[in-house]
Amino acid sequence: MTAPHTLLSDGLADIAATADLQALDAARVKWLGKKGLLTEALKVLGRLDETERRVAGKVLNEVRDGLNEALSTRKALLEEAALQDALGASAIDISLPGRGTVPGGRHPVTLALERITGIFRRAGFEVVTGPEIENDFNNFEALNIPGHHPARAMHDTFYFPDGLLLRTHTSPVQIRTMLKQKPPLRVIAPGRVYRCDYDQTHSPMFHQVEGLLVDEHTTMSELKGLLHEFLRLFFEQDALEVRFRPSYFPFTEPSAEVDIRLPSAHGVSNWLEVLGCGMVHPNVLSNVGIDPERYQGLAFGLGVERMAMLRYGVNDLRLFYENDLGFLKQFA
Amino acid sequence: MKFTTEWLGEWMPIRVGPDELAATLTMAGLEVDDVAPVAPRQDALIARVETVNAHPDSDRLKVCRVSFGGTAPAEVVCGAPNVSAGRSYPYVMPGTQLPDGKAIVETAIRGVRSSGMLCSAAELGISDDAGGLLELPADAPVGASVYEYLRLDDLVFEVGLTPNRGDCLSLLGIARELSVLLKTSLSKAPGEQVPAAHAEARAVHLSAPEHCSRYAGRVVTNVSLATPTPSWMSERLRRCGVRPINLVVDVTNYVMLELGQPMHAFDLASLRGNINVRLAADGEQVELLDGSTVTLDTESLVIADDEGAIALAGVMGGMASSVTPATQSILLESAWFDPIRLARSARRLNRHTDAAHRFERGVDPALQAQAIERATALLVELCGALPGPLVDVKLDAHQSRGSVIRFRPARIRGLLGMDVAPALAREIFERLGMTVTEAVDHWSVEAPAWRSDLSREVDLIEEIARIVGYDQLPATMPIAALQLALPATADLTEAARSVLVDRGYFEAVTYSFIAESLAQAFAPTQTPILLQNPIAKDMAAMRPSLLPGLLGALAANRNRQHSDVRLFEFGMRFNRGAAELAQETALAGVICGRVLPDQWGGDGREFDFYDLKQDVTAVLGALGERVPQFVPCEHVALHPGQSAMLMRDGQALGVLGRLHPRMCKLLDLEISPLVFEIYLEALKAPTTPAFKPLSRFPSTRRDLAVLVDHAVSAGQVLAVVRGAAGPHLRDLQLFDVYQGQGIDSGKKSLALGLLFQASSSTLNEPEIEQAIAATLAALASEVGGALRK
Repeated sequence: MTAPHTLLSDGLADIAATADLQALDAARVKWLGKKGLLTEALKVLGRLDETERRVAGKVLNEVRDGLNEALSTRKALLEEAALQDALGASAIDISLPGRGTVPGGRHPVTLALERITGIFRRAGFEVVTGPEIENDFNNFEALNIPGHHPARAMHDTFYFPDGLLLRTHTSPVQIRTMLKQKPPLRVIAPGRVYRCDYDQTHSPMFHQVEGLLVDEHTTMSELKGLLHEFLRLFFEQDALEVRFRPSYFPFTEPSAEVDIRLPSAHGVSNWLEVLGCGMVHPNVLSNVGIDPERYQGLAFGLGVERMAMLRYGVNDLRLFYENDLGFLKQFA
Repeated sequence: MKFTTEWLGEWMPIRVGPDELAATLTMAGLEVDDVAPVAPRQDALIARVETVNAHPDSDRLKVCRVSFGGTAPAEVVCGAPNVSAGRSYPYVMPGTQLPDGKAIVETAIRGVRSSGMLCSAAELGISDDAGGLLELPADAPVGASVYEYLRLDDLVFEVGLTPNRGDCLSLLGIARELSVLLKTSLSKAPGEQVPAAHAEARAVHLSAPEHCSRYAGRVVTNVSLATPTPSWMSERLRRCGVRPINLVVDVTNYVMLELGQPMHAFDLASLRGNINVRLAADGEQVELLDGSTVTLDTESLVIADDEGAIALAGVMGGMASSVTPATQSILLESAWFDPIRLARSARRLNRHTDAAHRFERGVDPALQAQAIERATALLVELCGALPGPLVDVKLDAHQSRGSVIRFRPARIRGLLGMDVAPALAREIFERLGMTVTEAVDHWSVEAPAWRSDLSREVDLIEEIARIVGYDQLPATMPIAALQLALPATADLTEAARSVLVDRGYFEAVTYSFIAESLAQAFAPTQTPILLQNPIAKDMAAMRPSLLPGLLGALAANRNRQHSDVRLFEFGMRFNRGAAELAQETALAGVICGRVLPDQWGGDGREFDFYDLKQDVTAVLGALGERVPQFVPCEHVALHPGQSAMLMRDGQALGVLGRLHPRMCKLLDLEISPLVFEIYLEALKAPTTPAFKPLSRFPSTRRDLAVLVDHAVSAGQVLAVVRGAAGPHLRDLQLFDVYQGQGIDSGKKSLALGLLFQASSSTLNEPEIEQAIAATLAALASEVGGALRK
C-alpha cells in the first residue's frame, strides 16, 4: 500500500489539478468513492494489529479530512469561476441608447408662468382667471380709465363690432375678483392679453400675471418688500439689483415701475424694466364696492414673455409663438 | 417730449452732469428714454464764398474761392446746387476730417485743384439734410468753429412722459420740476406784457363755456414772413423735433415748446368779423391745414368768424385762414380747451395732433396771456411786428383751477409704510407750488393750476414719495392671516400637462386669432367672431377651436423637416353659444409620425387612433374623468370612420380622431394627422375613490374567442359580456382581434379574457360554467356572436 503521507499529497495534487466541476467530482470519486484509493487503504486497516491500526487509522482519518476540505474549497473556487464566465458571456453594450417614448416638454412661457405663480401660491395667493373677451367696464372704466382718458392710447386695443374687446391686461381679473370676494384678498391672475402691435419686441398676444393683495394695513413698503423678494427668488440672485421708479397707471396711486439689473460678464449692464405696480387707486376700490377708507390694496402686473426671455436668454419674442420643435426641445 | 440742455440752461442753472440730470428725471417719474448729442465733434470752420466760377470741364461743378480766416483764400471745387457768392457755409480744411471719419486731402477734380470741402448738414452729422450746403447766417464770424458757433455741444433729452404729466410738456415744465428736485430756482419768467402799438382788435365771444373758458387773441400787424427765422430759434426747434416752416409758425411752435401753450396764427385778411368759439352745426364742414375736409357734428368745437368755422378748436387750423407768404397781419390765438371734451372730439375725428395731445393732457389754465405776450414779444423783436391790444376773455365760473385737497398727514405712514415728518411734507408741497393751510385734524392743500393730475389725498402722498425718492421706501413683507384652501383647478391642468409631456408631447402656444376662412371651416354653422381692427388678415377671427392653430404649427414643423410631431396647447376657444358668446378653456393636441422616435429595435409603427385613444384616456384620468365614453361622431374636421366623441351623461367632453382629408387639403397637409380637443369646462371635479374590500379567494380566468359580424363593434361585445357574465366578473380584457384565414370573410374574431372572483368564497366549476354559458347565450342573441371553433 501507498504510504499515508503520499496519499495526502497525491490526493491534494489531483484536486488542485481539476479544471472544472466535472473533473473535481471525478477526483472525489477517485479518492473518496466506494472504490477510491483512500477507501481501499481504510479496508487494509482491518488486517493490522491493534497498535498499528490505531496509528495508521489516525493518519488515514487526517488524510480524509484534508481531502474533504480541499474538495469543498476547490468546489467554491470553480463555481465562482463558472459564474464569472456566465456573467461575461451575458454582458451587453450598455452604451446603446435606451428605448421607448422620449418625453416632450412644457412651453417656456408655461415654465416661467408656473415659476411666477408657484412663488406666490406658496405665500397663499390664490390663482384666479378671467375671460379674454372683456367688456369696456372691466378692462377700462372700473380701472379708472374712462373713455376719453389719454391712457387709452397706451393700450392699442383690439375691438369687436359690438363694443367688446380683447383684454389689454390681466387687470380686469382684479375687478372680477373684487366684485365677487370681499377682503382680505390675495390673488394672482395669469393669462393671455392682447395689444394691436406687432414687431420684434411686440406681439399682438402675450401673457401677463396680475397680483393683488387687499387688506386693512397694506402699504407701499410691503409692495416693495414683496416684489424685491419675488424677483430675487425668480432670478435666483441674492444680489439682484432692483429699483422702484415713479410711474403712472390710472388704477394705482402711487404707481411704480420696477427695474432690475442683472450681473453681466461685460461690466455694468442696463436697467431692465420688468413690471408695473402700485397701490390700488381708491376710485378702483369704490368702483367694486370696497371702502377705500378701510381697505388698501397693492397690485402688480408683469409680462411673462419678458421674464422668460431674461431667464432663458431668448432674444426674439416671436420665437415663443412659432412653436418650432428645435426651440421647444431646448426647454424640455 | 424732447428738450436740449442748451435751451434748458436758459430756464435754470444746470449744475449737474447729463447722467445725473437723466437719473434725476427718471427717478422722479419722468423717464429719460434717450440722451443724444445733437452732432458729433468736428473741425468745420465758418467760411465765406467770395467768388463762384464755372468749372472748365463740367457743367455741374463750380470753382469757388473761399475765405476762412486763413492766410490765403482756398480754391474749392463744389457741386452743391445752392452755392453762391457772398454766402457763408461750413468748410473743412485738408488735413482734417469729417465726423464720419473721412479724411479731407488736397486733390484735383477734373483737372482743377480743390483744397478742402464745403459741407452740407448731413456731412456734418447735424441733420439728414443732404440737399445742399448748410447755409450759415450772414453775420456768422468767418474762421470761427462751426461746432461752437452753432452750439453743437448740446444734448437732446427725450423724455417718455406718462399721460398724467402734461405739465411737463415744455421747457418751463421740465425746468419747474427739476428746480424742485435739484432745489434751485427758475432763472426766467414766462412772459412780460407787451404794450399795444395800435388799436386794431377782434372781439372774442365764448359760446360754449364748458368747452372753452378762456381765449386770448391779439391782432399783430406788420408781420413779415420773408424774414428768415433766426438760426438760434430754428436750431432749437429742429433739435426738439419740430420742422421750421416760417417765422410766424416757428414763433408759435417755439412758444408751445417753451411754455406748453399750443397757439395758432390766423391770416387776418381772410377773417370776416369777430371770433366766436362755438359748437359746430350738424354737418358743418371745414377744410383743415392738412388739406382734408372734415364734417362736424354738434359736439365738435370750432373757432368761427362771422361767416363760418375757420379752425377745429385745439386740434388743427383751417386752410382758408392759414398764414401764407403774402400774410402781413395775423390774429394770434392762445386758448384753453377742456381736456375731456377735446379728447373726445379729436378721437372722433381721428386727428392726433401735437396741439390735441397737449390739450388732452391739460394745459395750464393760467398760461394763455403769458404765452401770447411771449409770442408777441418775439414777433416784435424778430420782424418789427406791431401788436394790437390783448383781448383776453375769461369765464371765471368755468375756469379750471388747481384742486383743494383734504390731506391727513398720518395717511403718509398709513399708505407708504414710511414716516415722513409733517414739516418735510409741507416743504415738499410748497416747493411743488402748492398752498398749504393747516386745520385741526387735517391740512387743506391747493394744487397749482398746472397740476390738473392732483385731485386726491393719494395723489399728494405719491408726490411726497416721489420727491423723497422711492429708493427711500423701506422693503417689508406683508403680514396677512393664513387662509387654507383646497388645491386649485390649476393643479389638474398641470397634472394633464405632465401626462402629455411624459407621453412625448411638446406644449405649443398659438395665437387666439386665426384666418376667417379657417374659423369658418372649423365651425361652419356659426358666424365667425371677427375683430374690428385685426393686425393681419390671417389673424382676423377668434378661434372656435384650438386645432387650426396647432395644425398650422404642425405644418410649420414638417416644413422644417420634423417628421414626428406631437403638440398640445391649453387655451380658450371662442364660440357663439345659443344666446351669447362662449369662451371656454380647452386642451387640444395634434400628432403625426411614428409612435416611437428613430431607435434601434423599434418597428417604426405609425401613431394611430388607438395610440391617440390611450393618450386621451390617460389625460382624462389626470383630469378626474376615469370612465370616459367614446361614441362615433360626425365632426366637420374629422374623418367620419376614424373619430369619436367623448361623452358623459349626454354631454360632450371633447372629440378625437383623424383629421378629415378635406381639412388636410385646406391646410395644405400631405399627411393626415390625428387630433384631439377636450373641453375642460365640461369636466367635473374628480370623484372621491370609494374603497371596495379585497377578496382573499383565488380568481379563475377563462378565455373566449368570439366570432361576430364585422359590423359589430368591440364595444358592443364587451358591453354584452359585462352585462351577462354575472356578479363575479372582476376583470375583462380584449387581447386580440383577428380577421383573415380560417374565418369567414365578413366576420372577425375577438379574444376575450374573463377573470372571475367572488368576495366570500372560492368559485366552483359549475358556477363559472354557468356564467360562461350565460355570456355565450347573450352574445348569440344580442350580437349574433358564436364561439370560434
